[in-house]
Amino acid sequence: MINTSVDICGIKFKNPVTTASGTFGSGREFADFVDLNRLGAITVKGVASRPWKGNNSPRIAEVYGGMLNSVGLQNPGAEYFIKNDIPFLKQFDTKIIVNICGHSIEEYCEAAEMLSEADVDLFELNISCPNVSQGGITFGTEPKMAEKVVSSVKKYSKKPLIVKLTPNVTDITEIARAAVSGGADGISLINTLLGMKIDIKKRKSVLANKVGGFSGPAIKPVAVRMVYQVANAVNVPIIGMGGILNYEDALEFIMAGASAVAVGTANFNNPYATVDIIDGIENFMLENNIKDINDIRGIIG
Amino acid sequence: MKYIEYADILENTEIENTIYRMTLVCPKIAKEAKAGQFVELYTGIGECLLPRPISINEIDAKNGRITIIYQTVGKGTQYFSTLKNNLKIMGSCGNGFSIDQNIKKSIVVGGGIGIPPLVELCKNIKGDIEIFLGAKTKPILIEKLSEFGKVYVSSDDGSYGFKGNVVELIESVKPEGEIIYSCGPKIMLRELSKWAEKNKIKAQVSLEERMACGIGACVGCAVKVKKDGDWQNLKVCKDGPVFMSDEVIWDD
Repeated sequence: MINTSVDICGIKFKNPVTTASGTFGSGREFADFVDLNRLGAITVKGVASRPWKGNNSPRIAEVYGGMLNSVGLQNPGAEYFIKNDIPFLKQFDTKIIVNICGHSIEEYCEAAEMLSEADVDLFELNISCPNVSQGGITFGTEPKMAEKVVSSVKKYSKKPLIVKLTPNVTDITEIARAAVSGGADGISLINTLLGMKIDIKKRKSVLANKVGGFSGPAIKPVAVRMVYQVANAVNVPIIGMGGILNYEDALEFIMAGASAVAVGTANFNNPYATVDIIDGIENFMLENNIKDINDIRGIIG
Repeated sequence: MKYIEYADILENTEIENTIYRMTLVCPKIAKEAKAGQFVELYTGIGECLLPRPISINEIDAKNGRITIIYQTVGKGTQYFSTLKNNLKIMGSCGNGFSIDQNIKKSIVVGGGIGIPPLVELCKNIKGDIEIFLGAKTKPILIEKLSEFGKVYVSSDDGSYGFKGNVVELIESVKPEGEIIYSCGPKIMLRELSKWAEKNKIKAQVSLEERMACGIGACVGCAVKVKKDGDWQNLKVCKDGPVFMSDEVIWDD
């Protein structure tokens, strides 16, 4: 028998695999392909206190080794989410992580308060989206602001609070420490890298928003490095993500110090990606005589 | 229900310069597919991470086959044109056309590489059909679509049929009908939408947008649609690709 279960802020995941917010909808969209019961947790698309319309199209650009997006956190709002998505998700034996977004501290707090009454397991505070002009990333690049937003939301949050960090900073450990001192129960990283693609025939940016978040396998080395640095800087569980395509990638994050991993862009390339990765991790453990996934967490030292 | 199938390729031939027809064996997808829907094609090459949405040209549910017609415009479609054996596909995606069988006279309009899905559409329309096709040069599938009704043709350069765009062609013919079904570039659909509004004919437009997942998860393919005096972004892949033209907000 092998143990693949992990503890994330007091919540037990049956395995370390979840989804990256914004790439898996609310799970429903992938239910034709993935047995959602298999997932350690489902991290849903960002939810705000009220509906957000998002950015103009085009919002997607494919680039070498990944893609850019500038969706701008379009979402139907917490009320809709609580009424429509949670009952769906509760049918499955998996944990629910709600990604929370906002334009201001007040909006983050409002969303956290609304969702605290809902039957979900964890919050992931999105202070790192590069595609919204207010809030989002601005809270994730200034350590003092990060600490302030986390400590404010913490007051309204009745669920363990994971804080999602942006890689678009000089020193990722500084922000991670600030989030933890603000009361973060866990850290997830990395959100997308800010990127751009230009259509040389049209002489303009492919994305209507001009810039967008770069995700996909090309960003993985940056993500693994940052997870490693943060794992050595703070003492809370980490959900690692950024370019994970297969189980080997997932194991790199775990060996770098992540307790769990999130699969994002890979879901577009292969709708079975999450389950393939779960199977792959189990097989790797069996083949390499690893009895407990927690034994290899942060093993690179 | 959507399926992923590793489809055998029965045919993958260039029917016009840079335009290919591919017939795929995918019984599950073919069984549930309908006119105006699309499939996602996976390249399997790292450079092209995202699947390519391609409209379904014809469905043969009985034999478990679909046909697609695509143009080689980039690395992904270039790669598809080299394939001989099989291809990973997902489908069928999107809402498809909403076909009212009681309508006696329909107008079908296609532009450029937006013409292929109109074949399956026409197969399913009862009653009379008038078909308008436009392209930069000679439109594709003129002969095939002639099986279903009278075909009017335009080309931007005047090399074939009416010289001008397809909406100018329609304006010159002034067809009558109870509904318009259309697929083509957004600018064509926008002009067609104005013509339809002026002539008080309801129009279904099949849109395209850059997309990633194809199943409504990533919210990448937004289109602005009217809602209670305001507007909202809907998803081309899931809420569409077919919308009522008077609901779409046609800004650039």
